[in-house]
Amino acid sequence: MFHTLHDAAHAVTIHIDGVPIAVEAGETVAAVLLRQPEVWSRTTPVSGARRAPYCMMGVCFDCLAEIDGVSSVQTCLTAVCDGMVVRRQLGRRSLVR
Amino acid sequence: MQTDVIVIGAGTVGAAIAYGLVDRGLRVIVLDGSDTDHRAARANFGLVWLQGKGVTMPEYHTLTRRSVDLWPGFHDQLTRLVGGWIDYERNGGLAFCLGETAFDERRHELQRLHTMLGGDPDWEMLDRAALRKLLPKVELGPEVAGASFGHHDGHVNPLKLLASLHEAVRRLGGTIRPNTPAQTITVQDGTFVVASGDERFEAGRVVVSAGLGSAVLARQVGVEVPLRPQRGQILVTERIEPLLPLPASGLRQTAEGTLMIGVTQEETGYDAGTTAEAAARMSRDALRKVPRLGELRMVRQWAGLRVMTPDGFPVYAQSPSHPGAFVALCHSGVTLAGLHADVVADAVAAGSLPASLDMFHPGRFDVPHAA
Repeated sequence: MFHTLHDAAHAVTIHIDGVPIAVEAGETVAAVLLRQPEVWSRTTPVSGARRAPYCMMGVCFDCLAEIDGVSSVQTCLTAVCDGMVVRRQLGRRSLVR
Repeated sequence: MQTDVIVIGAGTVGAAIAYGLVDRGLRVIVLDGSDTDHRAARANFGLVWLQGKGVTMPEYHTLTRRSVDLWPGFHDQLTRLVGGWIDYERNGGLAFCLGETAFDERRHELQRLHTMLGGDPDWEMLDRAALRKLLPKVELGPEVAGASFGHHDGHVNPLKLLASLHEAVRRLGGTIRPNTPAQTITVQDGTFVVASGDERFEAGRVVVSAGLGSAVLARQVGVEVPLRPQRGQILVTERIEPLLPLPASGLRQTAEGTLMIGVTQEETGYDAGTTAEAAARMSRDALRKVPRLGELRMVRQWAGLRVMTPDGFPVYAQSPSHPGAFVALCHSGVTLAGLHADVVADAVAAGSLPASLDMFHPGRFDVPHAA
């Protein structure tokens, strides 16, 4: 759906649902998610509908995903770093083991 | 504009009374304040709560019991009329006790109240093992000695309740006027005239249920009600899978899955701001009960101003100098909504308050100071 307008230097690797992806240093996780073939980052806790990054400025909370084991992170406010593990977040979290 | 009753204030108290009145066939207009007014109805925690209430005034417990017993019928009728859900549950409620001393103190407090009231106990103390059985998904903090379990407690979505009451008033032919703050109440030819800006509203009865704005209005019909704001802050977490099958004092899970954590009781005047200090205190307290709440993300914090009388109990009165003018105020507008839509609406319609509300006359605050 989206692609970069310039030839990016892919110096950093992150993992989205286990798939390694080469990305540019300093970009946000939301920007990377929007370039993926599956353009969504989570399903909602109420209806289960898919949601993708939207406002890209920390307001709409639609871009939430699990990053390095911490869930409901605003991916549009989170810069990538090498080895980062991102998981699309499915529905509600649970505190039940 | 001429009508049967003018209700001043469209918060949970005014809206419930107005709903009861239109349901009884009266013509009602509800005058609501401006968007920036203090609105306890929109900052509420959402408990429909009985246990522990009225320790220093047993009549308040009896009154609250009557309302929580009216709640199921009130809920059914309201939701049938309006359609949709307000997420009401009445499966009992918990007050966690941290440490054996707190557990014993809670038992003594509820026992003392029960001794004053008599009747069958509607609560029990659950030790840690019994509490774990009731909350199988919850990992309790090591300090949790148990909880008091109130059989008649419950909870509701307070915003859906308020919206449903407004919708019900309109469906039954009533009028709700937003941004129409009542400024003066006068009497002309035996009719109450309420003025808001250039507009005049006339009715044979008037109900002052304007929260913290009520003192100024009640005085105009000869009723003195000392009121003060008390700030309550609330934290809300992200939505999670069902964890708590029952609401607890200061911790409940909403139907959508968020956990609400509260509440503070702060004497900070009309400052409705939130503070990091209160957020830290409420978080610390919640983590002592359920440590794994620390894994959750907080999504919101807000504050509201409770409507407090000197003794904290409600005020229901008809003006002796201006018969037909009523005052109804409290800080538990959600719990008492069943009573307001029924008993209080009946009283306004009949033009006289029942003896069961005598204890709640604001005349109780007129005790002269000792020399």
